[in-house]
Amino acid sequence: MNSNVILRVTSKILFAPIVLFGLYVQFHGDYGPGGGFQAGVIIAAAFILHSLIFGLEAGRRLVPLRLNIILMAFGVLIYGAVGVASIYFGGLYLDYNVLGADVASGQHVGIILVEFGVGLTVTTVMLVLFHAFAGFDPDRFNGGGNS
Amino acid sequence: MTGLMIDILLMGLLVAIAMMVIRTHRLFAVVVLSGAYSLLCAAVFVNLDAVDVAFTEAAVGAGISTVLFLSVMAYLPGEERKPALGHRVTNNLVALLICVVAGGLLIYAAMELPRVGDPTSPVQMHVAPRYLAESGEVLKIPNVVTTVLASYRGFDTLGETIVVFTAGLGVFLLLGGVTRTGRASPLSKSEAAKKAKPTSKGAQS
Repeated sequence: MNSNVILRVTSKILFAPIVLFGLYVQFHGDYGPGGGFQAGVIIAAAFILHSLIFGLEAGRRLVPLRLNIILMAFGVLIYGAVGVASIYFGGLYLDYNVLGADVASGQHVGIILVEFGVGLTVTTVMLVLFHAFAGFDPDRFNGGGNS
Repeated sequence: MTGLMIDILLMGLLVAIAMMVIRTHRLFAVVVLSGAYSLLCAAVFVNLDAVDVAFTEAAVGAGISTVLFLSVMAYLPGEERKPALGHRVTNNLVALLICVVAGGLLIYAAMELPRVGDPTSPVQMHVAPRYLAESGEVLKIPNVVTTVLASYRGFDTLGETIVVFTAGLGVFLLLGGVTRTGRASPLSKSEAAKKAKPTSKGAQS
């Protein structure tokens, strides 16, 4: 944990606006630049900033490992499920036209859901990568290799 | 004209940063410089009107990659090890040869490329006109990049998402057991105790 009070206060103030901006990029991707990939990285950056200032354990209390792994798979599942849903409604796999009353609304629903899945997976994968590298413990690594 | 001037300025800065990365031996400086390199690349993409790509480059290249490199750097010595003089000369000669050959091939290939933004180039003639005409009018989604990414090329993006997921899963499976916050459940403590006993005995004997 970083004892620098300026860093701690600033990161606390910045956390919510970064997540909000990430959500804006996520759900405004239809109209402006952005989408799931960018939004996922931005939201992950907020959590990584928190972990950098308050320590890895604090970051893991915010997003527990088990939840992190489940959400990681859940994002891909949402994407795949949208495809299955479009088959269920009588279209082809990932054919969003059948998801709404008309083509435009169907495409909107499909793209929003799919991008949400992408964003969820990217956010959680970035968190897993950060925690795996930043929390890497050489002692435990060597211990594991010997036994 | 202004675009060309900005391009030349940005390219010059990119070359300058690349030279600095080669010259410096302090890894911290290299990581920060590579972040600046990504940010300049993002500016180049903005100048090419590829805002979505620029966004991704700025967020991933300049942001997350720098953080990941910095977090890994804690396990490395701060300075790059200098090889012996003889090795350095041969290394540089091989590198020069590869650069000249690869650069020559790239320039040779680039001579046949159509001009940037040429409306008659093959890439603009194939499916792009349909996407551009349909996306705003029929699908009511003004950002064509999003429709191409998520709708027209939905299968590709599904594959990309699975690649990202697999990468995360692979890193977790390889390193999850050896991180300080890897397994926070009570089970890990008993596991750690089990593991610790045989190794300590092994150390004694």
